[in-house]
Amino acid sequence: MEFGPHFFLASLEGAVNAAVLALMAVGLSIVFGIMRVVNVAHGEFFMLGAVIAWWISSLIGIHPAVGFVTALIAAPLMVGAIAATADYFILRRIDYDPERTIVATIGLLYVLQQTTLMTFGPEARPVEAPFNKRIALPWFEKTAEGFSIYWPWGLSTTTYKLAVIAAAFVILVALWIFMTRSRVGLIMRATQLDSEMATAHGIPVDRVYALVFGLGAAIAAMAAVLVVPIQQAHYLMGHDPLLLSFIVVIIGGLGSIPGTIVAALLIGMSDGIISVFFSPTVAKILATLLVAFVLIFRPQGLFGKHAT
Amino acid sequence: MMEHTRTGVFHLSIIGLLAGLYFVLPEYHSGVLARVMVLAVYAMGYNLLFGYTGLLSLGHSLFFAAGMYGLGLAMQHLGFNPLMGISTAILVALIVSAVIGFLALRTTGVAFMIVTLMFAQAGYLTILWMGEYTRGDEGFVIPQSKRVLAGVDLSNADNRYFAALILFAVALLIVGWIVCSGFGKTLVAIRENEERARMLGYNVQRHKWFAVIVSGVLSGAAGAAYALLFGYVGATFATVQYSIFPLLYVLLGGAGTTIGPLIGTVFMYYLIDFTSGLTNAYLLVVGVALILLTLFAPHGLAGAIRKRILPWLP
Repeated sequence: MEFGPHFFLASLEGAVNAAVLALMAVGLSIVFGIMRVVNVAHGEFFMLGAVIAWWISSLIGIHPAVGFVTALIAAPLMVGAIAATADYFILRRIDYDPERTIVATIGLLYVLQQTTLMTFGPEARPVEAPFNKRIALPWFEKTAEGFSIYWPWGLSTTTYKLAVIAAAFVILVALWIFMTRSRVGLIMRATQLDSEMATAHGIPVDRVYALVFGLGAAIAAMAAVLVVPIQQAHYLMGHDPLLLSFIVVIIGGLGSIPGTIVAALLIGMSDGIISVFFSPTVAKILATLLVAFVLIFRPQGLFGKHAT
Repeated sequence: MMEHTRTGVFHLSIIGLLAGLYFVLPEYHSGVLARVMVLAVYAMGYNLLFGYTGLLSLGHSLFFAAGMYGLGLAMQHLGFNPLMGISTAILVALIVSAVIGFLALRTTGVAFMIVTLMFAQAGYLTILWMGEYTRGDEGFVIPQSKRVLAGVDLSNADNRYFAALILFAVALLIVGWIVCSGFGKTLVAIRENEERARMLGYNVQRHKWFAVIVSGVLSGAAGAAYALLFGYVGATFATVQYSIFPLLYVLLGGAGTTIGPLIGTVFMYYLIDFTSGLTNAYLLVVGVALILLTLFAPHGLAGAIRKRILPWLP
């Protein structure tokens, strides 16, 4: 394939990456923004979402679409409930101390991951997409008599991949409306601004925190259900998305949701494009170093205005 | 001086006890203990930073790997002898920890944890990337014929035990001395109240930097010894998991005590050893231990002993 169509294909793959990454990272960002804690187990909530999606779709054998839609609703709810429980029994008890929370969520990471290994097993398991039609894409060619359209071999995408991008967009818009327009969103934002003042006004901050932690995990699970027909469910699949969403959240500015989304698009797209053309290892080395240096020299993130 | 003497006597008796244990323990367990002592040196290095200075790093596997690969690559590709290998390892660990410390200490708290994590991850990926020399995940074996230090064959179980003990003894005495010195006291002061230490006129930033360097060099020495004594160098030792292990050992044994790292390493090693016989999901124990320790025993075993029975424990 020539450079032009190849680059176009890479950007399409990148856009799918970016869409999923944006969801993951926004989940992490909400938790950090409101609760001021870093949830290292976030990747495992993503993994649980995928595993539960596999479990549900293999239980419901009628039609792949039925299983998938059920999973899209049930998996985030279940994962959210697990996260809220963990918040209630662990994080609340250590009073959301930032450093101890990291240690505890590292523990939670191992517990969730290893329990999945014991029950689900070490194999990667596929989930069938509800619809998956190949679409060949055209490309332009400059010939003697001007531009002409042709269909290069291998330049194609699937309806499902396009649907993932659309679904991620819809979920993010819905989340934004929820945070800015609903009463619960208002309470969350009030807690973010000043949790003591919120308590004084009768807001049950403990319950808000459990809800936020659950919501963050549920969004990660939703991202996983969307991606599992492309990627397969595996007990170690949470590792890379966790690292990438860390990168995104830090570069976008800790706790800033618009910054997070912009950074997700940037990192997701460039990760997709760079891994097609260069070694993915070099791309990852550069990305991790970038995060370290952003935190050292520009802690408010590349797009943030104020230090947090 | 009283404190120096008491700490010295206490540490020498621990070392004597470990030497005596070799003649009592069955072969399997003395083999385990040799490994545990090397890992305990790693944990002691970690403890100096986490327990005494109050800096929680999630990237110590970088220092461990710096020592391990410093020795391994020098012996494998440059034909160094073990002594030169160890010197190279310590030099590499010194440089790496000085640079990382200089950069990472510009941040504090959670940002410090993430920065160290990211540097360690970049280091791990670099090892994979340089697969031509490091052989990546697979790693490489240092041949038995090369593992001879001053005429002593370190692949022999007896020699290995005492080599590990010597390393452990040196590290324990150094740490004991640091902890009793003015430098060590200042580190504790920084941990307890950084602002106040600064107000009293201490150069907090430089103290922290030195703490990172000493901690990194001890971790690197442990990494080099691990490679030399057990003959294997691999990228697994550079993963996040190997940054979590010393944290776990120290939390379990007791952060901010000289003997805690050893206690924690012994307990955790046997616990993991036992569980991995039952299931392949042995890391579950690590997770449960981390959660329970944060919830119920933030001071660890030695911390609890110091609080209840022996208030003078160093």
